[in-house]
Amino acid sequence: MGDTLGLLWYRIRKSPLTLAGLAVIILVLAVMASASALAPHDPNVVDLGQRLLPPSALHWFGTDEVGRDLFSRILYGSRQSVSVALFVVPVAGTLGSTIGCFSGSFGGRADALIMRLTDIMLSVPSLVLTMALAAALGPSLFNAMLAITVVRIPFYVRLARGQALVIRELNYAKASRAFGASHWHLVRWHVLKNALPPIIVQATLDVGGTILMAAALGFIGLGAQQPTAEWGAMVATGRNFILDQWWYSAFPGLAILITATGFNLFGDGLRDVLDPRQKAG
Amino acid sequence: MIIRRLLWLGLVVLGVSMITFVVSHLIPGDPARLIAGERATDEMVAGIRQHLGLDRPLYVQYWRYLSGLLHGDLGTSIRTSRPVLEDLKAFFPATLELATFALVLATLLGIPLGLLSAVYRNKTVDQVVRTLSVTGISTPAFWLGLLLIILFYAKLGVLPGGGRLPEGIDPPTRISGFYILDAMLTGNRPAMVESLKHILLPGFTLGFVHLGVVARQIRSAMLEQLHEDYVRTNRANGLPKWRVVIRHALPNALIPSVTVLGLAMGDLLYGAVLTETVFAWPGMGAYVVSSIQALDFPAVMGFAVVVSFAYVLLNLVVDLLYMVIDPRITEAG
Repeated sequence: MGDTLGLLWYRIRKSPLTLAGLAVIILVLAVMASASALAPHDPNVVDLGQRLLPPSALHWFGTDEVGRDLFSRILYGSRQSVSVALFVVPVAGTLGSTIGCFSGSFGGRADALIMRLTDIMLSVPSLVLTMALAAALGPSLFNAMLAITVVRIPFYVRLARGQALVIRELNYAKASRAFGASHWHLVRWHVLKNALPPIIVQATLDVGGTILMAAALGFIGLGAQQPTAEWGAMVATGRNFILDQWWYSAFPGLAILITATGFNLFGDGLRDVLDPRQKAG
Repeated sequence: MIIRRLLWLGLVVLGVSMITFVVSHLIPGDPARLIAGERATDEMVAGIRQHLGLDRPLYVQYWRYLSGLLHGDLGTSIRTSRPVLEDLKAFFPATLELATFALVLATLLGIPLGLLSAVYRNKTVDQVVRTLSVTGISTPAFWLGLLLIILFYAKLGVLPGGGRLPEGIDPPTRISGFYILDAMLTGNRPAMVESLKHILLPGFTLGFVHLGVVARQIRSAMLEQLHEDYVRTNRANGLPKWRVVIRHALPNALIPSVTVLGLAMGDLLYGAVLTETVFAWPGMGAYVVSSIQALDFPAVMGFAVVVSFAYVLLNLVVDLLYMVIDPRITEAG
């Protein structure tokens, strides 16, 4: 295992774009962890005398309509926006991959049913389905998280099932079965383990997508609610002031862009390394 | 194969309608009370509920919805009090025009970028294009739209900040519902110039995200072609490099890209939801966002059913197109 990681690191090191992505991810996680230490102001303190100030030495990104420091709110906002992805992706990934691996390994009627359901869910544009679900559950960050999770599951089911179908026909899986291994053993020790690389790649790319989706829901009012500092919701509120206070919408959106780019660059690089079949370069 | 796919289309519509139906009836709010208004008495609310059939068991409501669907009846919007199908029909051309414009933009810019990226692989150009395409898929479209409005409308004042046409200019005579096309066909010059100006920013916003997708697809397809024997043979025979790239490799690389472009069109149709909201573009996306906020579930369901239907149909068309341009792909495949 140590050797594998060493090789992985060696290959990642050779790609500047992947390294840049990794650096951004580490930076964002560090900001998340230490927002309270880094923020120059309290993100929730209202000061009506300091309304809508432009960026300055005191308020780097300016202030909002009730005088809160935007830079501090963006730092704290990372906890909302990024943690959505850090909840959605592992949960959807684990649930979806497990269902997919079992479905593909066992086959039969249950498999057929699961796949039809998956296909139907994948036929519906995910943004529309997520929005409908989030609206039905009621606007809140937690409900937005649930909605995104449910919609992401079928992607992993399909991916893991495809892997399982290939792996169960490989010689080592057949040999294991011939030696009397149970279905459980087969899935646990062969299918799940070997289906992992493409799932990890998909998951890394999904973090970026999920951050964007959560921000989009926040933007149309289906995500985090006031006064929570969340990037998408901040862009939406800033929209009321774009003609004169451009910084209000610009900086939170930039935070979304940088974070999503970091995860996507890293995911792309990881795909080149882990999934040689899709290697583009 | 076509018959099987058409049956599948029916199944998808059934599944989608069922999912959205169940989902929309989970809504904690009471639509009857919403329509009646805050001051309505309980009797009035009950009357409205009965009128809309909201007091019937869920499966009865679903059955009524489904049989309506078969006759092309998507129910009545609670918010606009008009048939949902009529509403969607009215808003669909605007969305389609925007999505088409964005797709054309993404394709026209994406193909040359992907081509350069492949030919100069691992050089600076390649790194720039790859960074650009990753940035494209990482950009929140609603934010990009706002930035463009700030720059081109608020600061420079050269382009309009929203809508399809300014006040005072009437839409051109309706032929296709596409303002630009209709204005061209009817020789309505002011409407044509204005509608072009209005579509530029939202079209670019929507197209930018897909620019990266197109460039990336073309790049990997081109890389595959450039390694083929025929490319080496042609080069060895003394054909200039760019002639081989453009005349021989590119057409072959475009074949697998058709799928990606087709799927991109589907993504653009529903991706327009956010862009339309930002630019007050009077399309289906802006309509459905308002409907969601008003808990107008017949409208939301109608939108989901129509878009999913279009999405699956588009996939079918793409696959058929694929068979036409590449005869090696048979019906069985």
